[in-house]
Amino acid sequence: MITDLPLLSFVTFLPLFGVLMILLIRGDKAMVARNARAVALFVTIATFLLSLVLWVLFDPTTADFQFVEEAEWLMGGIEYRMGVDGISLLFVILTTFLMPFCILASWKSITDRVQDFMIAFLLLETLMIGVFCSLDLVLFYLFFEGGLIPMYLIIGVWGGARKVYASFKFFLYTLAGSVLMLLALIAMYLEAGTTSIPALMSYGFDADLQTWFWLAFFASFAVKMPMWPVHTWLPDAHVEAPTAGSVILAGVLLKMGGYGFLRFSLPMFPIASELFAPMVFTLSVVAIIYTSLVALRQEDMKKLIAYSSVAHMGFVTIGLFVFNQQGIEGSIFQMLSHGIVSGALFLCVGVIYDRMHTREIDRYGGLVNRMPSYALVFMIFTMASIGLPGTSGFVGELLILVGVFKVNTLVAALATTGLVLGAAYMLWLYRRVIFGELVKEDLMDILDLDKREVALFAPLILVVLWMGIYPEPILNVLHVSVENLVTHMETALNAHHNIGAIAMEGAR
Amino acid sequence: MQSLAPAIVELIIVVGAMALLMVGVFSGKKAFKTVSWLSVGVLVVAMISTVSLPVERTYAFNGMFVIDGFAIFNKILILIGAAMAIMMSFDFLAKENLKRFEFAVLILLATAGMTMMVSASNLISLYMGIELQSLALYVLTAINRDSSRSTEAGLKYFVLGALSSGMLLYGSSLIYGFAGSLDFGEISQAVAVESVPFGMIFGLVFLLSGLAFKISAVPFHMWTPDVYEGAPTPVTAFLAGAPKVAAMALLIRVLFDVVPAMQDQWQQIIIFLSFASMAVGAVLALVQTNIKRLMAFSSIGHVGFALVGLSAGTESGVASVLIYLTIYLVMNIGAFALIMSMRRKEGMTENINDLAGLARTRPGMAAALAIFMFSLAGIPPMAGFIGKFFVFMMALEAGLTTLAIFGVLMSVIGAFYYLRIVKIMYFDEPVGEFDVGPSRGMKIISGGAAALIVLGFVWPAPLIAAANLAATSLFM
Repeated sequence: MITDLPLLSFVTFLPLFGVLMILLIRGDKAMVARNARAVALFVTIATFLLSLVLWVLFDPTTADFQFVEEAEWLMGGIEYRMGVDGISLLFVILTTFLMPFCILASWKSITDRVQDFMIAFLLLETLMIGVFCSLDLVLFYLFFEGGLIPMYLIIGVWGGARKVYASFKFFLYTLAGSVLMLLALIAMYLEAGTTSIPALMSYGFDADLQTWFWLAFFASFAVKMPMWPVHTWLPDAHVEAPTAGSVILAGVLLKMGGYGFLRFSLPMFPIASELFAPMVFTLSVVAIIYTSLVALRQEDMKKLIAYSSVAHMGFVTIGLFVFNQQGIEGSIFQMLSHGIVSGALFLCVGVIYDRMHTREIDRYGGLVNRMPSYALVFMIFTMASIGLPGTSGFVGELLILVGVFKVNTLVAALATTGLVLGAAYMLWLYRRVIFGELVKEDLMDILDLDKREVALFAPLILVVLWMGIYPEPILNVLHVSVENLVTHMETALNAHHNIGAIAMEGAR
Repeated sequence: MQSLAPAIVELIIVVGAMALLMVGVFSGKKAFKTVSWLSVGVLVVAMISTVSLPVERTYAFNGMFVIDGFAIFNKILILIGAAMAIMMSFDFLAKENLKRFEFAVLILLATAGMTMMVSASNLISLYMGIELQSLALYVLTAINRDSSRSTEAGLKYFVLGALSSGMLLYGSSLIYGFAGSLDFGEISQAVAVESVPFGMIFGLVFLLSGLAFKISAVPFHMWTPDVYEGAPTPVTAFLAGAPKVAAMALLIRVLFDVVPAMQDQWQQIIIFLSFASMAVGAVLALVQTNIKRLMAFSSIGHVGFALVGLSAGTESGVASVLIYLTIYLVMNIGAFALIMSMRRKEGMTENINDLAGLARTRPGMAAALAIFMFSLAGIPPMAGFIGKFFVFMMALEAGLTTLAIFGVLMSVIGAFYYLRIVKIMYFDEPVGEFDVGPSRGMKIISGGAAALIVLGFVWPAPLIAAANLAATSLFM
């Protein structure tokens, strides 16, 4: 049976196999570069196809983990455990889907140390997929933290002018958050005697312990997400990273924070999650409004999109912490959509950056005259980012807002202002770059999208429209897993409240 | 007549060292090469001979000398560290005109001292082991006698080392005075009473201070940066590895064999040493420009991390220290093999900035050094992470939450300077190539160490099992 094969390990470690192949390439520089690109593209596409097999074989009628693998690893119950449920499967596919685009996007723009670049990317892919597939805390941490190394190198080696500052900030911010999570993770192991994620989900930690653990995990995920006020590494990292680096940063790495909340904070520490939900709402609302305003004032395109990411992630965190089906499904959908849309927007910036070598908005204007198809592509993704009905951005935001309205109208109202502001800065960006007269001298002979670039954007556009018009196949994967999560939380919370009520009775 | 069998390792090394002195004298020009390789051979034979040693606790020489799993584990580590140090020294000594066969013999003698230390079971044998080790190390540090830096380092090491020996002896004599015996077992019975005499605690503090000097724990670390910087690099590589293991093992044995009854008291001392070492190691390393000095501060920090595991005061805590030390030893060997390969036409360079652009000029060397740096910083999936994981786990298990939180935050600060080296190698433009790449031997050593570090996480169970076994034998 095909399901008996260790499919998840195949998907996870296939890119590593690509690394080995690239290491074996010998010859002169140009040939090595060409072969390295080809191998990387081939391997990422193969990984994507293999991950689609997972989707086909996935059974959406159960909330159990599927494709589970277990093997001895460290001593004392810390094992190599892999498995996916509806929530993690989609993140795996998001990762494998975006990777070929990253390779294609760097096809021409990366000319220096191509071999190393491709190795770093494939390594990163393995680590990212591993994060979403691991069912063991220590294994998860290993992948989660290991991803810092290739990303640090990608920003630092192939980045822009302030690459050193950005790469250090990225690394140290994330590390500082994660080490606290490491301690909490160890403490959980000592308390529960296992690091198996499914076992820990049903363990039911003490309310006091939950508070501490929640805070420690929050330190890590909030930085990764990133939430206001620990978001400052993101604009720097985005601006300095090469295009492909930005795509993967916005597309996948940020989602690890949200995934962490879904996988750990909510199911393992439901009581603490409820306790801290108001704080999360506050931080998220501040993030949405404040970073949207900041985005309005940006002069660098990448920085603007980076700030918009923070705002979009604010929606995600709100949706996660309303603890109902719509909110959580909306958040996941929003993360998937944002992963593709913001990735695509960075690719759009990359297209003109490769031609003009600047990302300053003022240097552009009137591009529609010379680049009509680029204008169209950019518009579709701008609209998707704003959340226009018919694009993927709409579904997620709508579901989140429906979920939030049920719980807290004020938060919903404030979050909605973010939609307006989002439309403002994106449309204004679009107007300044695309519309107007083409007066700038150096833009006079700019070329429209070439075939490679069209091929790059076409699938992304299709997916964005598909997710916007017919999201059911994706939501279908989610339903049961999310429902299970929500009922699990409700049970835990009810039990906690009942105990509290009984204690109160007793005190009387 | 008691059997000499438990001391087989020491016997092989000491007899070997004496014989090699003779060989060296009579083999003329080829002496350096012959003696060095034969020394490695002696160490290998000694390593093989550990198979014959009993894992259960066995005493020899009227209880002066003890063999157990813990001693064997550490002996093997020490022997590996010493053998690697000799093998790494060939090229360096040849190029620096230091081809003296005494080098390898001195390492053998120091190694004999260290293997003594981990088997000490009496204050006299403890002191004998330490002095045999230290005297050889003083000479090794100053072996480049035409270099003022080397002789200065040797002198500093000697003076401060003598001071620490003095403290150690003073503490020992107090302990002897109050316990009435030099034997570890008898002292431990003497302290297992309701109210421990004040002089006893006083003696213990002095004894621990002397040992803290040997592991270069803060505040007894002052000698480390100067000695590391001044000593010829192979000596530094040796100093940072095996002697640390031996001294740490001795410290562990003293704490758990001699004064287990005073755990509440000594735990506070260890916790303090751990706090201080992690902080000083992390913060002072930030401003270093000399890579050997940087490694000195890094080793101070790592001692702090290892002490986190020891602070727990439990059997599994000891196991975590052993795991940590093993991984640390491997990282150190690999890193120093590469540091010794930083050579230009005009000679060795130790400046960190000379590594600029190494990723372009020597990609393999840069990749290996980057692996060691990430591992020293404790970033998964490198093996360094596994070491940190276990020591912090044991600290949390013992309820030392503050220490653990402080420790991980210090490791973030520490990550900065390791990252800086990676940055210099990968992000900066080359300033000039190293003319001579690593020799084949260095490539094998550093490559092997790098492979162990990268792949260590795949199957670390044997190391964990061995460390647990060793720790268990200490508590039987």
